[in-house]
Amino acid sequence: MTNVMLIVRRELSSYFTTLTGYVVAAVMLAICGLLFNTVALGGTAKYSEEVLRMFFYFMSGTVMVGAIFLSMRLLAEERQNGTLTVLYTSPVSDWQIVVGKYLSALLFLGLIVALSLYMPALIFVNGKVSIGHIFAGTLGLVLLGSASVAIGTFGSAVTRSQVVAAAVSGALIVTFLLMWKLAKIASPPLDDIFGAMSLFDKHFQPAMKGIVNLRDIVFYLSVTFFFLLSTTKIIEARRWR
Amino acid sequence: MIQARGLTKFYGEVRAIHDLSFEIADGEIVGVLGLNGAGKSTLLQILSGALYPTSGQVAIGGIDAAEAPAEIRRRIGFLPEEPPLYREMTVDGYLRFVGRLKGMGAADVERRLGEVCESTGITAVRPNVISTLSHGYRKRVGIAQAIINEPALLILDEPISGLDPEQIAEMRDMIRGLRGKHTILLSSHILTEISRTCDRIVMIKGGEIVASGTEEELVAQFATGENLVLLLRGDRDAIDAHMAADERVLEHEVCGAIGDVIEVRVTLDGDIREQLVPSLVEAGFGLRGMSSAEQELERAFLTLTGTGGPA
Repeated sequence: MTNVMLIVRRELSSYFTTLTGYVVAAVMLAICGLLFNTVALGGTAKYSEEVLRMFFYFMSGTVMVGAIFLSMRLLAEERQNGTLTVLYTSPVSDWQIVVGKYLSALLFLGLIVALSLYMPALIFVNGKVSIGHIFAGTLGLVLLGSASVAIGTFGSAVTRSQVVAAAVSGALIVTFLLMWKLAKIASPPLDDIFGAMSLFDKHFQPAMKGIVNLRDIVFYLSVTFFFLLSTTKIIEARRWR
Repeated sequence: MIQARGLTKFYGEVRAIHDLSFEIADGEIVGVLGLNGAGKSTLLQILSGALYPTSGQVAIGGIDAAEAPAEIRRRIGFLPEEPPLYREMTVDGYLRFVGRLKGMGAADVERRLGEVCESTGITAVRPNVISTLSHGYRKRVGIAQAIINEPALLILDEPISGLDPEQIAEMRDMIRGLRGKHTILLSSHILTEISRTCDRIVMIKGGEIVASGTEEELVAQFATGENLVLLLRGDRDAIDAHMAADERVLEHEVCGAIGDVIEVRVTLDGDIREQLVPSLVEAGFGLRGMSSAEQELERAFLTLTGTGGPA
């Protein structure tokens, strides 16, 4: 655990000492704030619950895109700069390296989500929504972020180019997003399988409405675990390359 | 300290090293010498734990690297050819991170930090961000990260590459200063460097060990005689014929001419310069200069790597 925390601390500090972290956070908060003010709050009068739902909808998109940009450097940059050698030649397991990297990006993403919560707080103060709804949506964002960062970490492990890493992660996330479309045209039992694999439609919509389902939590944690395990295998394979 | 048995490494279809076996004793400074692409870096990366061999075994301090990789890595310090530095970190921050990662306690790291910075000459730049340092200082920080955990085995891959002559001399002194504290394995394709720094030399060619021993042993084994460069004034063909006829000249090569002065490289049967010079003058050649062609170890190296020297 100490090794993981060491890596987390170093990675987190690099988000704060380089421009990457600030730029991603600023862009995410600016886009979500803009959408919240113009679309959710603007136009015709809406119920508070509907405004909150729209906030989580916009935020889910920015979380997925933000996760790609935060995670694209995690391993690709290490390979590009040759610093992976420091980790490879230390008494740290490959799993610890991957988990440390992943956690740092997830924590930074979580910080951005926390910074965005002034928007639900505004609705809470001026309207009528439950704290439970805000909690369920925020938990959904963190879980969606967790799965997206894990996919991003995987993308970052397959190449030493951060641009390619972002493209690979983006393609994977879009594929998972479009699973619900595939489910509509597939025959049973594939339609159920594709539907269950949908990153947003099946598993995030309930959270947007303030519902916490155990199956959604299990889904996001499973995706996270699968991609972190795959990343570990890639890292391990590089020692045999 | 190190026992390597039958180390082989393939990159896909390409064989980088083949069936390497050797031993290195505690406290030795051993140089791995070979041309670019000979397999030096691959060997060092395997010994450092960064790469796994396709086959073969490595034991360090009696511990099998395959059975206890984490334990092995705790005992090793490794500097790759390009120092693995996080450029946005300060020198202090980076060394603290590496020390903790190597399993040291916070108090131990703080204790070692001052010593290591002192011995590598980076005390003045401790608060600096690494990206602002010169190449020479980055190499020093690279060495500092490799020795912070007081490793029993220190592995340095091309530690002087990219350094200017002054920095090379400083680096050489720094490595010599580490003698007695670590067993050191370093690689270079620069022969003089290996010769000046190491107790023993392992020569690699095509991924295989072609010779191993002290400088004296290698010279005795492979050097073939006295090698000289002569600058002679005279007819090129006549010089060629004279050298061919002289039995004391084991080999010769007429290399080129600058005006009417011909350059000839010769290998003599021992140091017979006093006898050779009168014979050249008697034959009517003007002796304009005479110097040693290359160091004896260099001759042995060129012979072994097949890039020059006697056939």
